[in-house]
Amino acid sequence: MLEIKNLHARIAEDGTEIIRGLNLTVKAGEVAAIMGPNGSGKSTLSYILSGREDYEVTEGDILYNGESILELDASERAAKGIFLAFQYPVEIPGVATMQFLKVAMNEQRKYRGEEELTTPEFMRRVKEAAAELKIAPDMLRRPLNVGFSGGEKKRAEILQMALLEPKLCVLDETDSGLDIDALKIVADGVNALRSPDRAVVVITHYQRLLNYIVPDTVHVLYKGQVIKSGDKTLAHELEANGYADIIEAAA
Amino acid sequence: MNMQQAIKMTAAETALVDAYTAQIGDLPGDGAVLSLRDTLVHELKTAGLPTRRVEAWHYTDLRTLLRAVPAADPTAFAERVEPVVPGSSVLSVRNGQADIKNVPEHLTARSYTESLLDGSAVAGLSVLGSDDAIGRINGGLVRGGLEIAVAAGAQIEAPIEIQVVQSHGQAHTRFPVSFGAGAKATVIERHLCTNAEPSFVSSVSDVTLADGADVIWIILQQQGPADTHLGQIRFDLGKDAKLHLFVINAGGKLVRQELHGRASGEGSDLTLRGINLLGGDSHTDLTFTLSHDVPHTTSSEIIRNVVFDRAKGVFQGKILVAQDAQKTDAKMSCNTLLLSDDADFSAKPELEIFADDVQCGHGATVIDIDHTQLFYLLARGIPENKARAMLVNAFVAEIVEELEDDEALVEALEDIVAAWLEKHA
Repeated sequence: MLEIKNLHARIAEDGTEIIRGLNLTVKAGEVAAIMGPNGSGKSTLSYILSGREDYEVTEGDILYNGESILELDASERAAKGIFLAFQYPVEIPGVATMQFLKVAMNEQRKYRGEEELTTPEFMRRVKEAAAELKIAPDMLRRPLNVGFSGGEKKRAEILQMALLEPKLCVLDETDSGLDIDALKIVADGVNALRSPDRAVVVITHYQRLLNYIVPDTVHVLYKGQVIKSGDKTLAHELEANGYADIIEAAA
Repeated sequence: MNMQQAIKMTAAETALVDAYTAQIGDLPGDGAVLSLRDTLVHELKTAGLPTRRVEAWHYTDLRTLLRAVPAADPTAFAERVEPVVPGSSVLSVRNGQADIKNVPEHLTARSYTESLLDGSAVAGLSVLGSDDAIGRINGGLVRGGLEIAVAAGAQIEAPIEIQVVQSHGQAHTRFPVSFGAGAKATVIERHLCTNAEPSFVSSVSDVTLADGADVIWIILQQQGPADTHLGQIRFDLGKDAKLHLFVINAGGKLVRQELHGRASGEGSDLTLRGINLLGGDSHTDLTFTLSHDVPHTTSSEIIRNVVFDRAKGVFQGKILVAQDAQKTDAKMSCNTLLLSDDADFSAKPELEIFADDVQCGHGATVIDIDHTQLFYLLARGIPENKARAMLVNAFVAEIVEELEDDEALVEALEDIVAAWLEKHA
């Protein structure tokens, strides 16, 4: 589903290279965890996958279902089924949450040549998905992410993911700022979306989230490269011993 | 040497004076009104239109900007249009002709032409000062309008839409409107043009709120892309009166809307909200003065500007606090979203405070689309043009939503903003 080949990328503004020859393959149905110390390029990778223009790919390619997505802008990638759950969901005063959800769902459908949702059908889907994630209707009446607590913001991200039904989900530090109850709700939401035709990339600093979203593969990112890959036991190893040993072994 | 002979009239000045000369004998008014008209037009002829050297017109050099004035066309015809808010009571003036039908309960309305003819209009026809070019042009040429009185204690539910429709040519209208003590009403003063030919419009509203009146007054300017609109509202707030004045500029080529008010009753409150939607090569000026004359009055002003293309915008806001007006609380802000490198906005907030125990502040900001917000919307599959329109809309929607007590009104105004953005973004 996702194939990243010898990817090099830098910050557009100052040319700082962040990703330096990254290789990664994630198959449909797979949950891949990307771990790494601060500054290893984890969040940058999530932005590059979703098409943020602040970064420039200088070498290599990103294939999604066999096709390069480098020429697609962020909205086209999203409409093709790539979803980024933000580490810091953005507050947008003046945009109603419900209106945002409806526009996003229908714009994606339009792009794919599908019928737009009727209002009753849209409402039904939102109600259902919100109830699963224990999101109060009151929250949906507020402007987008405005006045949401940290946990509410993360749940709202998962709600969007559930409604948009992406094929490739990228979760950027979704566990940050969550207490254990919120973490369980969010993890349940993600697990409910696991399916043979969907891949999930979980970017995280800590192993904790991986107790709830159990990965099929674990990849260690350091200085913009994957320096080690393994199964879920690699995450436990990291938790016990830290990154130092692996970094040393790779050097 | 007579300095008054010094100017060489521009084409626009000549056209205005000619419009007056051509209508002598036909313009309504008793002796006093006609003599005042003569004086006003004489002043226009000798002083000319204001230039940037006149402080109040520094950012809108009317003499240079007003290149031509279309001739008045007495045969012009404009249709009544559907009101902005369904179910409103519509009182219309079309090409200067008042159409008074279906006057709601607790309200009296008569044609302003009658007030000119019987001379009762003369006191209100005076200009606000030597730089009051709008008052001068309008006073010289006004033919019609509506004089409206809302009865004391009246609680009028449905909005009253004063619909000023113009097809082309010239229209000069006037609207003295008084709200009795404790009256509550929403008025939509709406200016629109039905075709693309140029119009030259001047309109002055003279609004008084008696003690405890509670009024929402919306000025909705939707002139065509070739039109000149010179608007003015004068307002006076009695004791504990509350005015929510909301201006939306969503049209016109050359626009100046002036708002001049007095908080003359203790406990009175003004909320001013303005939305300037500017595009093309238009020039739009919103000029506001408020005089806090007595103690314990409050005001808050928020202006939001969205500027596309080569459009130019101006906001001049001046709050005066008289020496006696202790405990005044006034806050003014002007925020501009510049959406093109060629767009331009000048903001000039001013405070003139003669009292010592007051809370007054002002601020002006210029911003661009927030890139983090834009990326967030794109990352959800919303195409860039639509995402941008949503963010621009959000920037102004915030202040429309303050009218939340009237859902139909909020919806109508949001639709107007959205429709404008759809066309321009």
